[in-house]
Amino acid sequence: MTDADPVGLYRTVRLIRRFEERAVELVHGGQIVGGIHPYLGQEGIAAGVCAALDADDVLAGTHRGHGHVLARGADPARMLAELCGRVTGLNAGRGGSMHAADLSIGVLGANAIVGASGAIITGAVWAHRRRGRDTVGVSFFGDGAVNEGMLLEAFNLAALWRVPVLFVCENNGYATTMPVAGAVAGSIAGRAAAFGIPAVQVDGQDPETVRVAARAAVDRMRAGGGPELIEARTYRFDVHHTFEHAVRLDDYRPPDEVIRGRARDPVRIQGERLTDTDRAAVDVEVEATVDAAVRFALSSPEPDPADALTYLYASGLTARTGGG
Amino acid sequence: MPRLSYRRALTRALGDELARDEAVFLLGEDVQVGASLVTTGLAKRFGTERVRDTPLSEQAFTSFATGAALAGLRPVIEFQIPSLLFLVFEQIVNHAHKFPLMTGGQCRVPVTYLVPGSGSRTGWAGQHSDHPYSLFAHVGVVTVVPATPADAYGLLVTAIRHDDPVVVFAPAGAMDVRDDVDDLAPVPLGRGRIHRFGDDVTVVAIGHLVHDALAVAEELADQVSVEVFDPRTLYPFDIDGLTESVARTGRLVVLDDANRSCGMAAEIIASVVERVRLLAPPRRVTRPDGAVLPFAPALDRAVQPGRDQLATAIHLTMKDGS
Repeated sequence: MTDADPVGLYRTVRLIRRFEERAVELVHGGQIVGGIHPYLGQEGIAAGVCAALDADDVLAGTHRGHGHVLARGADPARMLAELCGRVTGLNAGRGGSMHAADLSIGVLGANAIVGASGAIITGAVWAHRRRGRDTVGVSFFGDGAVNEGMLLEAFNLAALWRVPVLFVCENNGYATTMPVAGAVAGSIAGRAAAFGIPAVQVDGQDPETVRVAARAAVDRMRAGGGPELIEARTYRFDVHHTFEHAVRLDDYRPPDEVIRGRARDPVRIQGERLTDTDRAAVDVEVEATVDAAVRFALSSPEPDPADALTYLYASGLTARTGGG
Repeated sequence: MPRLSYRRALTRALGDELARDEAVFLLGEDVQVGASLVTTGLAKRFGTERVRDTPLSEQAFTSFATGAALAGLRPVIEFQIPSLLFLVFEQIVNHAHKFPLMTGGQCRVPVTYLVPGSGSRTGWAGQHSDHPYSLFAHVGVVTVVPATPADAYGLLVTAIRHDDPVVVFAPAGAMDVRDDVDDLAPVPLGRGRIHRFGDDVTVVAIGHLVHDALAVAEELADQVSVEVFDPRTLYPFDIDGLTESVARTGRLVVLDDANRSCGMAAEIIASVVERVRLLAPPRRVTRPDGAVLPFAPALDRAVQPGRDQLATAIHLTMKDGS
C-alpha cells in the first residue's frame, strides 16, 4: 500500500514543473536540440498515478513523457543529460526526449508513436505475471491516441486475457491542434466500456484525486481484476512542442480557454495542502535538484561519433558502415 | 536416414525450443489447431498458455510480444500470410528493432516472426502472395529464408535463441521439400551454403528458388559449370562467402522471388561488384518492378522468376564474358 503523502506528491509535481521549465530554457539556449513536448500543466497525472505503483510495476509513456519518467523515480540529472544528448543520459544519449527510458525502475520508455504503449505494456505485464510476479502496468496516452487502432486492439487484448493494465488517458483537449470534439466520435470512456473495461473520469489537475483513483484501480487489479481506464481531464499549459515558441501557429486554443485552463494549476493545488514551511522546504530541495541536474547534464561528455550505432543489436551483431 | 519435410522441420524446431526453454512461447492466429500445418500438436504438448491463439489483432499482438520480450520472454509469432508483415511493419521496425539502440543498450527484444508459406501459394492472388524479405533486410532486421528442411530447423532454432528480432520466411515453394536428414542442429546466422560447386558462374538463389537453381544447373551441366550459392540469411548477409565464390567463377546471376527495384538481388550484386571485378556484367532474375501477383495460375507463374529465365540469364552472362 502506498498511503497519502501530500509532501511527496507535491515534491513530484514541483520537480516535474521546474524540470520542464528549465528544459524549455535549455531548448531556447540550444543545449537541447530537436525541442521537447513539455508536460507543463499535466504534472498531477504522472505524479498521482506513479504514487499508486509498487517496485515491480511497469509503465510506458508518450512523446510528452518526461513527467512519467520523473514521477516513477528516474534520476533527474541523467534524465536531463539524456535530453541534452550526453553519454551520461538514461539512454546514453541515444534516445532523447521522446524515448527516455529506465528499465531498472520499470519505465519501458517514452514512445514517440501515438498509441503504441498499450500493447507493449500489456505484453510486459502478462510476461512478468507468468514469471510469478505481482506486476501491474500503466499505459499513458493522450486523447489523440484513442483513435489509433493499435490502442483499441490493446484494450481488447488486455480485457480478453485479463491483464492488469491501467490505461491512463491524459485528455488535454487537443491532439496537437485538433480539438477532441473534432476527432473523437462517441467518448473516451465509452471506448473502454465497449471492451468491458471499467472507466472513470477524474480531475487530472488535482494530483491527490488522480492518486486516489489510481490507487483504487491498482488495488482492484492486484486483487485479480482486469484492466481499467482512467480519463484524466487536464490542460496543457504551454505548447504542443517547443517549435511553437519559434513559429507562431494560429490561435487554435481560444485565449480565454487558456487563461481558465492555466488557473487550475496542479502544483498550486497540491502546494496548498502543505504548510508554508513544508512547501518552502520542498521548493528549495527541488531547486537544488534541478540546478544539480543542469550542471550534471551540461558538464557531461557528448557521445563519441565512432560509437553511433553501438547499441543497435543486443546480440552483438555489427552493421556494415555506410562509407564508400 | 530419416526423411523430414521442411514443414515438419519447422514443427520440430518449435517443439524442441518450447521444451528446452520455458521463456519461449508461441502466439498467433489459429496456432492451437495448427491451421498453417506447422504448429500441429504443440498446444496439446505445451498447453494453451504457451501456445496462444490470438484475436485478429496483428498490431497489438506483435507489440504484445515486444513487451513480453522486454520482460524476459522469447515470443515466437506465426503469421499465416506474408502480407500481414505490411500491417505490423511499424511494430517490428519502429519498436522491436529500435528499442536496443534507443534505450542505449538497456534491453533486448528477442522475438521471432515466422511466416510459413511466404511468396506465391498459387491461386491465393494479390494480397496473399508477397515476399517482402528485402524490406526487413533494408531496415536491418535479421532476416532468414531457409531452403531445405535441415536449414529450416537450424535457422528457426537459431532465430528463437537470438537476442534480437528475427523474421523467418518459409517460402510456400519449399514447404513440401523433403530431405534425408540425420543431424538436426542450429545453423549460424550470416553463413551461406554452396549446394553445388561450379567453375563458370555463381548463381545466388533465395529460399525455394535454390531448388530451381539446382535443377537448372543440372540441366545445363554439359554446357556450363554452375555454382549454386544459398545465402540462407539475407541480413546479415554472408558477403565473404559469396565473394569467395564469385572470385573463383568471375560471373554472377541472382535469382530472387521478389520485386526488382530496390530488391535483394540489387543489393547482392552491388555488394559483390564493390569487391570483385567480374568477367561479365551480373544479371538478376526477379519478379517485375512493382509486381502484384495476378490470380489466374498462368499469370501468377508469369510474374515469378522461372527456370527458363534463369537458364537464359546464365547463357547471356556466359556469352557476355567470352
